[in-house]
Amino acid sequence: MEHYTMNLTLKVWRQKNSSDKGKFETYQVSDISSEMSFLEMFDVLNERLIKEGKEPIAFDHDCREGICGMCSMYINGRPHGPWQANTTCQLHMRAYKDGDTIVVEPWRANAFPVIKDLVVDRRAFDNIVQAGGFISVNTGNAVDANAMPIEKDKADAAFAAAACIGCGACVAACKNSSAMLFLSAKVSHLALLPQGEPERKSRVLKMVQQMDKEGFGACTFTEACEAVCPKEISVTNISRLNKEYLVAGLTEDKG
Amino acid sequence: MKWSEFFTSSVGKKFVMAFTGLFLISFLIVHVGINACIFADLVDDTDNGEMFNKAAHFMGSSYLIRIMEIGLFVGIIAHIVQGYMLEFQNRARRKQGYAVSMGSQGSAWYKKSMGLLGTLILLFLIIHISHFWVPSRITYAETLSEVSYYNGKPMHDVFSKMVEVFKSPTWGLVWVILYILGCFSLAWHLLHGFQSSFRTLGVHNKKWVGVVKGLGVAFSIIVPLIFALMPVSIYFGWVTNN
Ligand code: SF4
Ligand code: FES
Repeated sequence: MEHYTMNLTLKVWRQKNSSDKGKFETYQVSDISSEMSFLEMFDVLNERLIKEGKEPIAFDHDCREGICGMCSMYINGRPHGPWQANTTCQLHMRAYKDGDTIVVEPWRANAFPVIKDLVVDRRAFDNIVQAGGFISVNTGNAVDANAMPIEKDKADAAFAAAACIGCGACVAACKNSSAMLFLSAKVSHLALLPQGEPERKSRVLKMVQQMDKEGFGACTFTEACEAVCPKEISVTNISRLNKEYLVAGLTEDKG
Repeated sequence: MKWSEFFTSSVGKKFVMAFTGLFLISFLIVHVGINACIFADLVDDTDNGEMFNKAAHFMGSSYLIRIMEIGLFVGIIAHIVQGYMLEFQNRARRKQGYAVSMGSQGSAWYKKSMGLLGTLILLFLIIHISHFWVPSRITYAETLSEVSYYNGKPMHDVFSKMVEVFKSPTWGLVWVILYILGCFSLAWHLLHGFQSSFRTLGVHNKKWVGVVKGLGVAFSIIVPLIFALMPVSIYFGWVTNN
């Protein structure tokens, strides 16, 4: 594709801290290269703001290669912007043309309170994982990887679920602010593998309980999460999670 | 895990919606089957609602069915109450909304509008129950005439009640339109609800999800269509009591 430059109008959510009310601020940016990433455009704008003695826009990012899940921008009405199966950091400016107006908001959900500008607190996800998203093994020599046979299809499905990077776009897109796609990825990933078997039932019960405590909504299968997930986690996992919960809830006394 | 916890978690509440939803779907099958008896008049001009009246009589005559009817009301009320609670709780999970909404990107409008569609169905149900269920179960003495078919006991002429409602010179057309709108709401509600209930209850294998989706589309079109054809057929005089 031809390289080109563009001038854009950005409307960005600015909020000093969690108790500030916050508002949109409009910025004109010029000579943005079509080769830049979306975050690089923000870097350019921030450098200018610093030079002007203004507060730069706070946003989350880390790897900038689509694997850490830190970047989180709700761009023109869609988490992670217009491209399919893509993170904000991997969105490139060639998705836009000269003169476009882009509205950038933080993830919105009570469970993800805004810390500053576009940065939200996603510790609720960590708490869910800490409630059961692991396997308990005593330390010692690492076991040979091939000692435990796993069916290829199951291994593939578990791997696909494990691709979830915990970005929270599913929550941001969901009309119910439900974290079910995230949770279902974490539960499925371990439920499909023999290593996850010993804690299979208690895990799903504890994780659902924690998810409810964190204040996420209930899933109504609108499938908006799947459409925006950068890792294309399938809603099939939600059905699997529900089955795990049904079996565990009906058969376990504790949990 | 206690039963109370099982049904009150976010996943458990959805089980309640799915179980009651599927129960109501099974009721629709019975309901549409019995009411479709009015179409006997299309093939046999002397039927005049006899087949339907007999079926309706049967549905009111056995204690077992009357007890199931109570179960049906419990199911409907549970579905409505839980549905509204979920809708409001879920809405409250995002106190501050977005300036630019997602619209229907990635998710069709009806999947996001189950609360609205359910409310329309509820409004329709209020009209519908007061049209037919109340006369045939509570106020029949004043509102229903009786017919007797050869060698049979007299029974309520619910069919004439249908004709009276939909052929009423003042309100007939209004009722027919409202009934069609009710069937439309039901169709969209079912289009999401049918497949979603199964998937909420854990159906995740590709081949079964395919079956459930296919059946769901067929059910959501066929059942509301047959229902809608009833007031229409009576209004246009295709099905008559003479
Ligand atoms: S399921 Fe997808 S959208 Fe949700 S946190 Fe994981 S990677 Fe992000
Ligand atoms: S910054 Fe790591 S995924 Fe975007």
